[in-house]
Amino acid sequence: MITLDFLINAITLGSLYALIALGLVIVYGILKLANFAYGEFIMVGGYALYMISTIAPLPWLILAILAVLTAVAVSYFTELIAFRPVREKSLTALLITSFAVSTLLQNAALIIVSPRAKAVPLPQLFSTSINILGSDVPVRNVLTIITAFAIFGLLTLLLRKTVLGIALRAAADNFKMTRMLGVPANLVISAAFIISGLLAGVVSIFWVGRTASVTPTIGAAPLLVAFIACVIGGMNSLLGAVVGGFVYGFLFSFLSLLLPQGLLDYREAFMFVIVILILLFRPEGLIRNKYSGERVG
Amino acid sequence: MLTLTNIHAKYGSITALRGISLEVKEGEMVALIGVNGAGKSTTLATIAGTLKPAQGTITFQGVSLVGSKPEQIVRKGIALVPEGRDIFPSLTVEENLRLGAFTRNDRAEYKRDMDEMFALFPILKNRLNQLGGTLSGGEQQQLAIARALMSHPKLLMLDEPSLGLAPTLVDQIFELIVTLHQRGVTILLVEQNVERSLEIVDRAYLLNTGRLEVEGTPAQLQERIDIQGIYLGQHKGRNSL
Repeated sequence: MITLDFLINAITLGSLYALIALGLVIVYGILKLANFAYGEFIMVGGYALYMISTIAPLPWLILAILAVLTAVAVSYFTELIAFRPVREKSLTALLITSFAVSTLLQNAALIIVSPRAKAVPLPQLFSTSINILGSDVPVRNVLTIITAFAIFGLLTLLLRKTVLGIALRAAADNFKMTRMLGVPANLVISAAFIISGLLAGVVSIFWVGRTASVTPTIGAAPLLVAFIACVIGGMNSLLGAVVGGFVYGFLFSFLSLLLPQGLLDYREAFMFVIVILILLFRPEGLIRNKYSGERVG
Repeated sequence: MLTLTNIHAKYGSITALRGISLEVKEGEMVALIGVNGAGKSTTLATIAGTLKPAQGTITFQGVSLVGSKPEQIVRKGIALVPEGRDIFPSLTVEENLRLGAFTRNDRAEYKRDMDEMFALFPILKNRLNQLGGTLSGGEQQQLAIARALMSHPKLLMLDEPSLGLAPTLVDQIFELIVTLHQRGVTILLVEQNVERSLEIVDRAYLLNTGRLEVEGTPAQLQERIDIQGIYLGQHKGRNSL
């Protein structure tokens, strides 16, 4: 019953969900802010792909890179303009600011572009399949998996081998002490938002790649995915985010496979039942982090 | 070197310091003593920049520190080893030390400093790749001090370095503090072990409910604590004096 097809589909979904969750948790780990505007960074990536393609006939790869950079820039600037001024106040202020940023970006897309879905250019490669061991596998899936694992690898290198990465991990442990060693608070938080934006940008390419279109509210679904993955895996570690993303992806794929045709529409409902069960028996998620620090004050 | 003048500080609506003035001269070792809640740790927090004083001035080597961020103050040459060590539990010992050297960019110097730390704290060399959270209390304290030294501080502030350690380790830590002082590090020490502190410091300040009670050399202090012994006697018992 479990075919190669199924496995590749599940790994693709898991990789994408893990990337989505990572972008949320990298900021949460340090600021303890569940950034509700994170879904909009993904939306911005999709619109950048659409808008730049209408202005300049660039090769698709260049378009994709520019779209990712736009998401990075938007994430960084919201930190600079919206989150930094209220950071010292309270977590509630940060949280409400993230709602405001989310609404603002959505409405900007509505007003500047259109409430209707816009077609996003995709390369021929995204709609072709290759034959792996007798199964037809979409190239898009292979690309998703390769990209995700490349990013996991690069992120691990950054966090383990560079001083900035070590400082980011230290800040998640104990932000105040990290500052007392001379690490500027702004450097660490900006870095977290830039990484978050980078992940959102990469996700946006593959997320809009599934429907080849972008709408102002496209960020809501991946945001929900990120939250569910974090609940499953645990909010306090990057490993938890990745594990949560993969578990979510696999559970979802299994449900699609096992549920009878008539119940397929209720996949999400079944998914949430499983999430509730996980919360009941393992409220901190599958991966616990006994060292996670307090909120930045 | 360090001068505090009329420092007032609050945590929310609770006043913790009510006009602290003190001075640490270059090369000196000075202790802040007093019962819990006297304001010793708060005083260190205002110097380290993690708590803004409501009033008063702090100058270090002639430069005002008030309003500077914690990350700027360490660059001026002040390092704090906080109460409870605050080592990074999910980082390895080496990564903890590497961050201690964050303000210094010289690789060769970093290697030299690491060797020096291994000479001072041999146990850390064996624990280099172990997570900070898996160390024992004494090892964590040594790591916290080593991490602070990696920034080459001119002034080292130690908050309760012997707290919660076994008696043999307490001896070790006090010997270490003396060694560091002999090497020329200026030290501001907060200790609940008043007797031991007064044996090693040049001068001490006795704090009580956010105010300065007595100041002087250990000999002077001991004379006057006999008169005002009630302050320490109340909470610590005669034995600890």
